[in-house]
Amino acid sequence: MTGFRRPPLLLLVPAVLGLAFLVVPLAGMLVRAPWTRIVSDLAAPGVWDALRLSLICATLATVLATVLGVPLAWLLARSDVPGRGLIRALVTVPLVLPPVVGGVALLLVLGRRGLIGEHLNTWFGISLPFTTPAVVLAEAFVAMPFLVLAVEGALRAADSRYEDAAATLGAGGWYTFRRVTLPLVAPGIAAGAVLAWARALGEFGATITFAGNFPGTTQTMPIAVYEALETDPDTAVVLSLLLLIVSIAVLVALRDRWVPTG
Amino acid sequence: MRKLLVGILAVLALAACGTANEPGSSPSGSPAAEIKGTITVLAAASLTETFTKLGKEFEAQYPGTTVKLSFGASSTLAQQITNGAPAEVFAAASPSTMKQVTDAKSASGEPAIFVRNRLQIAVPQGNPAKITGLKDFANADLKITLCAKDVPCGTAATKAFDAAGITPKPDTYGADVKAVLTTVRLGEADAGMVYKTDVIAAGDDVDGLDFPEADKAINDYPIATLTEGPNQEGAKAFVEFVLSAKGQETFTAAGFDLP
Repeated sequence: MTGFRRPPLLLLVPAVLGLAFLVVPLAGMLVRAPWTRIVSDLAAPGVWDALRLSLICATLATVLATVLGVPLAWLLARSDVPGRGLIRALVTVPLVLPPVVGGVALLLVLGRRGLIGEHLNTWFGISLPFTTPAVVLAEAFVAMPFLVLAVEGALRAADSRYEDAAATLGAGGWYTFRRVTLPLVAPGIAAGAVLAWARALGEFGATITFAGNFPGTTQTMPIAVYEALETDPDTAVVLSLLLLIVSIAVLVALRDRWVPTG
Repeated sequence: MRKLLVGILAVLALAACGTANEPGSSPSGSPAAEIKGTITVLAAASLTETFTKLGKEFEAQYPGTTVKLSFGASSTLAQQITNGAPAEVFAAASPSTMKQVTDAKSASGEPAIFVRNRLQIAVPQGNPAKITGLKDFANADLKITLCAKDVPCGTAATKAFDAAGITPKPDTYGADVKAVLTTVRLGEADAGMVYKTDVIAAGDDVDGLDFPEADKAINDYPIATLTEGPNQEGAKAFVEFVLSAKGQETFTAAGFDLP
């Protein structure tokens, strides 16, 4: 442990308050949890469907965001495309946009009567809304900016002289990217993917707007919690706890493995 | 720094007290003169258009009053009320959601049924999927949307399907009736089950189809004043206004039936 020093009180007090602000509401759920019913609530049909769907869709959304997002991050960090500032701003938009707006946008473009969706429907008979792929798309839309920004940061921090050296030794652009750049920023990509996965797992607004709410196909955990809250708040607490425990478990496992903790 | 923190907290605390005490409820005198201040009304999503109109008319009739409206699924609103939301009036889309509020002793008077609503099948303009009746809801090839089972429009729809002996095959459940309507309005669903009033409110975007089983699933709408509301006089006046001939006219014009 280098660089450890005793924190000044002026930093320590707000830091502890900040931590409490984030943790106390979650701990409060434990207090309010109806422990006597927890087993029967968890055994209710639909709970595990929703959790399974959440985990699968968040993972697929992360894969999609990685496949598209890493090249996009490379474009932003390494190339001389014109209007890079504008591209970066556009990539950031889904971060600040209310997710519901993202869902509306997806619906208007990929919906059955949407700009692109109309052709998907008439030519191929594909209708995306209210399907599991729509959940993946909605989650990827919201989660991809996290990955792109994380990977772009990693690329900027990485030493580009290795890539220059590879180029002078005769390696082509694609070969350099694959054999030099990717291994160099792998931890950054992993960290970005973990962030994106976590964001996708908690996605609600875009999902319910674009993918809808049907048990088994589009009802993810956040939507199941929302619906339970309408009818039976105790069940909502149980479902929230389950999602919380799963997310913390996965995040802790992945972060320790992939993200340098300094 | 700590002084600053304490200061901020004190200001926040004062602000919180300020809003809680705001509406002036004064002791009784000449009744018409006492009705002023803010009246917060929580109403079922299906009352959005009529209550917005009634709120404006009420404010015109009682200068000095402000009607604050909040619309949502009746069950959500009932939750908010029993959790202490400071509102004056609750108008629910079903007696069972109102019962949650009366059971929690959050309503100050007996709820009164002020309108009833019947279901209609909503289809996008021109009915592109050629929906003819309830039986189409069992067709898995069609895109179907229903209200979530536990919100009043969903409960009513379940009654209608049970009466007809049909098992619907929905593709998605809307959180409230307006969510279902929006899906139909955008043309993303071939058919949805909503109230007749919602179809009328949606104008040309949506066509409505009557079906005989709707008679088995009439929804009564109760209204009540709430104990938590600081402006009790205003609350009573608003409920009376809703039950008045003028109020009832607004509802029938919007497609509601009278009790």
